Amino acid sequence: MAYVPLADQEQELHHPHSWVTKYVWSQDHKVIAIQYAVTAIAVGVVALVLSLMMRMQLGFPETFNLIDPSEYYQAVTMHGMIMVVYLLTALFMGGFGNYLIPLMCGSRDMVFPFMNMLSYWVYLLSVLILMASFFVGEGPTGGGWTLYPPQTNLAGTPGHDSGIVLMLISLAVFIVAFTMGGLNYVVTTLQSRCRGLTMMRLPLSVWGIFVATCLALFAFPALLVAAIMMLFDTLLGTSFFMPAVIESGTPLDHNGGSPVLFQHLFWFFGHPEVYIVALPAFGLVSDVLSVHARKNIFGYRMMVWAIIAIGALSFIVWAHHMYVSGMHPYFGFFFATTTLIIAVPTALKVYNWVLTLYEGDIRLNAPMYFAIGFIFTFIHGGLTGLFLGNVIIDLPLSDTYFVVAHFHMVMGVSPVLVVFAAIYHWYPKITGRMFHEGMAKLHFWCTFLGTYAIYLPMHYLGFLGVPRRYYALGTTDFIPQSAQDLNTAITIAALFVGASQLLFFSNMLWSLRNGKKADPNPWGAASLEWQTAETPPIHGNWGAELPTVYRWAYDYSVPGAHKDFIPQNTPESIEPTMDEQHFDPDLDKSKADL
Amino acid sequence: MSNVAVNQTGAQSGVNGLVDDWTSDKQTYHVPWGKAMMWIFLVSDTFIFTCFLTGYLNVRMTTTEPWPVQSEIFALSFFGSDPIPLILIAIMTFILITSSGTMALAVNFGYRRDKIKTFWLMVATAAFGASFVSMQAFEWSKLILDEGVRPWGNPFGAAQFGSVFFMITGFHGLHVSIGVIYLLIVATKVRKGHYDKKGYEIVEIAGLYWHFVDLVWVFIFAFFYLL
Repeated sequence: MAYVPLADQEQELHHPHSWVTKYVWSQDHKVIAIQYAVTAIAVGVVALVLSLMMRMQLGFPETFNLIDPSEYYQAVTMHGMIMVVYLLTALFMGGFGNYLIPLMCGSRDMVFPFMNMLSYWVYLLSVLILMASFFVGEGPTGGGWTLYPPQTNLAGTPGHDSGIVLMLISLAVFIVAFTMGGLNYVVTTLQSRCRGLTMMRLPLSVWGIFVATCLALFAFPALLVAAIMMLFDTLLGTSFFMPAVIESGTPLDHNGGSPVLFQHLFWFFGHPEVYIVALPAFGLVSDVLSVHARKNIFGYRMMVWAIIAIGALSFIVWAHHMYVSGMHPYFGFFFATTTLIIAVPTALKVYNWVLTLYEGDIRLNAPMYFAIGFIFTFIHGGLTGLFLGNVIIDLPLSDTYFVVAHFHMVMGVSPVLVVFAAIYHWYPKITGRMFHEGMAKLHFWCTFLGTYAIYLPMHYLGFLGVPRRYYALGTTDFIPQSAQDLNTAITIAALFVGASQLLFFSNMLWSLRNGKKADPNPWGAASLEWQTAETPPIHGNWGAELPTVYRWAYDYSVPGAHKDFIPQNTPESIEPTMDEQHFDPDLDKSKADL
Repeated sequence: MSNVAVNQTGAQSGVNGLVDDWTSDKQTYHVPWGKAMMWIFLVSDTFIFTCFLTGYLNVRMTTTEPWPVQSEIFALSFFGSDPIPLILIAIMTFILITSSGTMALAVNFGYRRDKIKTFWLMVATAAFGASFVSMQAFEWSKLILDEGVRPWGNPFGAAQFGSVFFMITGFHGLHVSIGVIYLLIVATKVRKGHYDKKGYEIVEIAGLYWHFVDLVWVFIFAFFYLL
């Protein structure tokens, strides 16, 4: 009996009939993607408001009195955790991963749509649990987003009673949700591609999200275990992480635990988490750059291997977050070395982006603004990472604003610029409407220049030795008045950037109804998701037959072609290609029949 | 004949062949979606148990009090005999490994589409699993009620002994319990002929999970009870 790959077998798609099953309890990957994205952005706005409250306090101490020191710590904690896990991870994987993987792979849906739906609802539950912590007891935990014990569990820390419990439960629930979604993304990429679509023809977006999902599936377990152990410490009085502690003169009921164990578990998750956010951004920005530069991505194979290499290396660098926790110098040496090695494939990617732009026929559309802006902020944040990767330089800088500036540049601003680039880029396909170009460009300049106004001065504050996580700087000898003034300037810039995001939201909402009707392929992109019959694509994505792919996703400005782009599903007999991989699915099929 | 044809069109062997296979179109592995997903889930789950065991070894080193002697705590005496060390754990391990055998048979009969034998073998596997969980419940109640072991402390030594014991065996017991329910659901569907059209890979997928739970137990046994 001839073997029929599953992607060719008839699939049972559940076609919904009522409004509720179509838009609420939907199993369509596109609807789930939008649900994920809207929820993630909504919770991200909460984190944005928290950061603005912190900035008001830092910039104008004793003027506003919006928050007291405890609330400041709670805001720091919630801002960090929400942005990293509940916004960026969920948006890149649940949002873009869900929307793009099946479309770019030429499949009808995720492999297990029901589980995919469940993933969103469990994610929503985790968000609700997290938000609930604002309304219980002393409020959310204030232990810092790294939740280091024993501090998180001690009475002096805000939210040590119920906030921390809800935070840990919410994280555990998030991991369950993510696992259900993540298994879907990985298996869909591996097993459900259409005919002719080899792994080496996948757009880099899929590669980035795919490898990042693998990282997440192997890194989140460490966080889950840390969360369970800490829950036991908090609720049952065990001593996994709690050493003997004397609190206000009374010894606590803990003994012999290892706080450093928590740090290892946390950062074994925490460092891959950086790349869980960064790799999808790398992938998406590669596609945006290539499309708007009308040029194939430079060094496609190198880009794929760089993604894989970064993913693999990210598991052996975690302790560079723990130089100040104390470790054997040999370990410090090892982790500093691996950290610096990661810079090699990362720099390779940056060179390839720049070389993609080189001599390209660049169309300065709004998504391209953000994509090019990303290259700037990423180089910037990446270079400061080289400072912090070295033990000797890290030690004095580690608890200063330099670190804040570094990670906000590299995993705050950079991925967020890609998020905007990607949302503007795919908005016409998702909604069927064009956004307002001018407003989008204004949004770019406000965000791009504004974030530089925020984070560049922070590097300087860091060199001055201004410590992070302080509610107010007060009057100290080593912090000059200029630092205070700078803080005020940073706050004004932050408020400006925060307010300018209204441009984005109003543009998105306004265009939904009033935007110009979008062409099915407004940017002239070659990858599969732009070749659907309907815009936005219907449930099931494709018509009666699945598409067949004859080339890679980057055939732009091919010499001798009729247009400056050739869709992936155009046979090689019709148009020439620049794909190095010579593989014709039709030929392959006749071969298999032999 | 077909071999010649394939060779002529440039199929490669060795590493290049591997890369070709893994990057081919449509699908990377020639397995059903559910099986690929189960494998990846199990790798992820492996990381969870590895973190648990690593965490356990770490606190065992950091704790300031002596670690209790497992062979004395996990000993049972029968009809007034001398306590036999680890006897209950040995029986539990034996039962779990036996259940892997019946599971493997069930997978075999599943592919032969022998519904009745598959059903009964899966039920037998589930019964072994259930007896494992009940022995674990007995062990827990003995430690809690008779010996006074609690997650936050115990009379024998380091408090972490109880914490680790309840956490790891509890998490593993949870896996076994879920496995028992999963097996029973699949077994019932097998008997009803639910998979006649779809194929019987689901039995193997359930089997993968079961063998994994079994393998994890071997590691827990080695690291927690023997070490």
